[in-house]
Amino acid sequence: MHGLSFDIAHLLAGSLVLVSFMLLYQDRLYALLNVYALHAVVLAMSVAWQAYIQDAPHLYITAAIALLFKAIIIPVALHRMIVKLGVHREIETVGGIGLTMLLGMGLVALAMVVTLRATEGAGLLAREDLAFALSVVLLGLLMMVTRQNAVSQVVGFMSLENGLVLAATGAKGMPLVVEISVAFSILIAFIIIGIFLFRIRERFDTVDIGALDRYRGEHG
Amino acid sequence: MIATLAVQAAQMLLVLALAPLLVGFVRKVKAQLLRRQGPPLIQPYRDIIRLLRKDVVLATSASWLFRAIPYIIFAATWVAAALVPTFATGLMFSWSADLIAIIALLGLARFFLALAGLDVGTSFGGIGSSREVMIASLAEPAMLMIVFTLALAAGSTQLSTMAEYLASGEAGLRFSLGLALIALIIVAIAENARIPVDNPATHLELTMVHEAMVLEYSGRHLALIDLSAQLKLLLYVSLIACLFVPWGIAGPDAGLKAMLIGVLTYVAKLAAGGFLLAVFETSIAKMRVFRVPEFMGVALMLALLATLLLFVSRSL
Amino acid sequence: MSFDPVTFLFLIPALAAVVIALMPGSKLSAYVNAGASFLTFLAALSLLWVERPTPGAYVLVDEFNTIFVVLIPFVAFTTSVFSATYVEYELETARVTPAFLKLYHALYQALTLCFVLALLSNNIGVMWVAIELATLTTVVMVGIYRTHAAIEAAWKYFILASVGIALALFGTILVYMAAEPVMGAGLNAMVWTDLVPRAASLEPAMLNLAFVFLLLGYGTKIGLFPLHAWLPDAHAEGPTPITAVLSGLLLNVALYALLRCKMLLAGNPEALAPGPLMIVMGLVSLLFGAFMLYRRRDIKRLFAYSSIEHMGLITFAFGLGGPIANFAGLLHMALHSLTKSAIFFAVGDISQVKGTQKIADMGGLTSTNPLIGWGLVIGVAAIAGLPPLGIFTSEFLMVSATLEKQPLLAIPLVLGLLIGIGALFLQLNRIAFGEPKGPNHKVKCSYVPMILHLGLVLIAGVYLPAGLVAWFQAVAKLLG
Repeated sequence: MHGLSFDIAHLLAGSLVLVSFMLLYQDRLYALLNVYALHAVVLAMSVAWQAYIQDAPHLYITAAIALLFKAIIIPVALHRMIVKLGVHREIETVGGIGLTMLLGMGLVALAMVVTLRATEGAGLLAREDLAFALSVVLLGLLMMVTRQNAVSQVVGFMSLENGLVLAATGAKGMPLVVEISVAFSILIAFIIIGIFLFRIRERFDTVDIGALDRYRGEHG
Repeated sequence: MIATLAVQAAQMLLVLALAPLLVGFVRKVKAQLLRRQGPPLIQPYRDIIRLLRKDVVLATSASWLFRAIPYIIFAATWVAAALVPTFATGLMFSWSADLIAIIALLGLARFFLALAGLDVGTSFGGIGSSREVMIASLAEPAMLMIVFTLALAAGSTQLSTMAEYLASGEAGLRFSLGLALIALIIVAIAENARIPVDNPATHLELTMVHEAMVLEYSGRHLALIDLSAQLKLLLYVSLIACLFVPWGIAGPDAGLKAMLIGVLTYVAKLAAGGFLLAVFETSIAKMRVFRVPEFMGVALMLALLATLLLFVSRSL
Repeated sequence: MSFDPVTFLFLIPALAAVVIALMPGSKLSAYVNAGASFLTFLAALSLLWVERPTPGAYVLVDEFNTIFVVLIPFVAFTTSVFSATYVEYELETARVTPAFLKLYHALYQALTLCFVLALLSNNIGVMWVAIELATLTTVVMVGIYRTHAAIEAAWKYFILASVGIALALFGTILVYMAAEPVMGAGLNAMVWTDLVPRAASLEPAMLNLAFVFLLLGYGTKIGLFPLHAWLPDAHAEGPTPITAVLSGLLLNVALYALLRCKMLLAGNPEALAPGPLMIVMGLVSLLFGAFMLYRRRDIKRLFAYSSIEHMGLITFAFGLGGPIANFAGLLHMALHSLTKSAIFFAVGDISQVKGTQKIADMGGLTSTNPLIGWGLVIGVAAIAGLPPLGIFTSEFLMVSATLEKQPLLAIPLVLGLLIGIGALFLQLNRIAFGEPKGPNHKVKCSYVPMILHLGLVLIAGVYLPAGLVAWFQAVAKLLG
């Protein structure tokens, strides 16, 4: 049977998928940010545990970055932005929450089947990790697609990146240089997001993406 | 032979005796949390005895089914509650304690209760029945998925086997079991008409589900139905206890000492469960009725996810 | 001391970006930008003469990327010259502010650095990082006008590009996971020159999955249907030099990255053949782009769909494989880069002269502004694939390769090309010929970049130097 270390890794990665579902379920902006902070915390714990069992100290740095930036700084910054933007605090969705959850389940099933087929030769821990990571990525994508509000699209994107970090830590010994660059790029992306949210608000008086559609220019 | 029969009978009587006590305990704790004195612990017993002594008042439009239903419900629920392992597994009738059979018995009880709500022809009964069935339509699939998860893990749907498997520690820290636990708690709350799904102490018909269905009952009928509801609560708490907190349950062919320890731990688990339920009910508000399907949907999703993950882990 | 062009290729844009950012005032930033681009181009050119450095853990210079390392700084340089006069006019008409200029030029140099990094990288992870940073930079530059439409375009671009980046990263991680059991953990498993020889011993199923993700991820950057949705808006709403950079440079670099991954997959005989996937996506993009050309009313959007069409064509060619098709694909990549940027130079001038991007409001350009007008005509003729301009050669080679390998596919291929030609000439008629329409602002335009590019395309159509041909053939063989 599987050892305790495997069980804990399984538990943490599975919790990440669960929190992704919780993200899909939210319909209030502040609650969404809190759940996202939880998402980042679970990610940090998962990465730290991987650092422990893989004996890879550089992963502790990744865990610390995830904890500091994604669980604390970014949600607080987004919170402030929402207050400043005066954004409508409920999230409109495309399609009902029930339908979204069902689609999410389908995507998780798809991710499981695909990764388990494709990774016949790899180690058990890596395979499970990859399956969960792909599920989180697909759920993040689903969230971006089914949300009208720019802030919730951004949160979906960030949860997608969390899934990628999970995948990267599962891959044994992935060099630190890539991880730091990934973290750095996330930071830059976030700055850009911040800039854009303000510009959108400034131009459109709303952060509802539906308002952007009028300017889609596809008729031109 | 006699001994095993006696132990089985003891379990049946134990659940019957403890059910009102559990409900009384929950009410007491809730009251204390709200800084009230609350009714005494044995108040539910007094209520039942009082109701048994009273006359039954029937509506003129009530059919024979209306009078038979309380007995049917009571019988079904009592059998179901008696089959769940409480202080020992491997009892005389444990071979029949299939989790799916238990769910079927409870479903039977619910079906008749919904009929009772509709029988007299009042609108409140109709509201109660329709809401009850709406909740059930989501709770039942969730429950079945939970059963699948547990059966996949334990290799059988027999409760005794499941309890023994989970008590042996072979399962380890399975994530799917955690999800199944959360889903089971949600289903239990919905089935027992607890906050946030339904308020057992409400007097407002607009917020009733269970209470609306039994509005027309009185006297001994009402006593039986109340007792059934209490047995149902006990059943679910025992179920959660024996599956997810299985330590202390006496194995098959255990001696008297082990059984006594089993009884003590069982009572302790009931107390803990009752306490947690009271705290949970006090700290959360009742949901609006149209949000209940979403809530149940969450249970269904969790259970589906649990089954999926377990299935995946097993095929690795 | 041996002259190491690679170091210079990295240093020059980096330093220039810092200098521009720190410079007080912004008047000189355009000149610094153009000057630095020129120096970068010279450094790249010197790669042709200096002895090729051995592939290191991070840097690789081989036949495949040398062509692009020379081409891309060249186009970047000419675009920077075009941009210098273009933004001057924008400044005059107060469409932009001086602070914008500094940011714009600094980002331009940063973008060049990212391109060079992506091209010269031997580490697939670093290649990914460079492309991501390049994409993010262009996102900022697209939205820089701050109009409603610009912000919408930039947001859509950002969201779709981020999704593409994420998928590409997932693919990269999968490649690493496939390589790790064979090559050991750590940096080595991401080095391309070490991966390719061992490709046959990598897990095929994992490589398949990796390639699907890489195709989706980098395909979004390339603009393949159905991941193209960001392309028309981003092209139409950003400043024209950025449009030229997007079409001429970013799409090519993304395709380069995809080809590197394809080469990896080709080394493993048990893995999925990447060809059919690329053929399908390429053909669909070609037909889609060609059809969409008809009803466009905005001139930049028109040529954006033309970019989608041509990128589909190139992907199709590489998907087909074989020496001729690969050769054609490489030639087409280079020529499309030159031609499309020349067209956008002309378009930029036109939009400034006419004060609008709507085709309905412009007309008779050959009579009012003959140089720009005829430049556009030649450019469109080039992109449509008329002889004697270079693209005719590459398209002809592609068609003959298709007839040889998969004759049935030649039908949609030729159909797409013909539809494209028809649409382009229909639109060109409205813009360049006929009654002059619309205002005629006095604009200082730089014609040299456009003429230079079109000249090169014309020469390439008539005479390809033997050395270049041999070079392309060698790379075509590498691509398999």
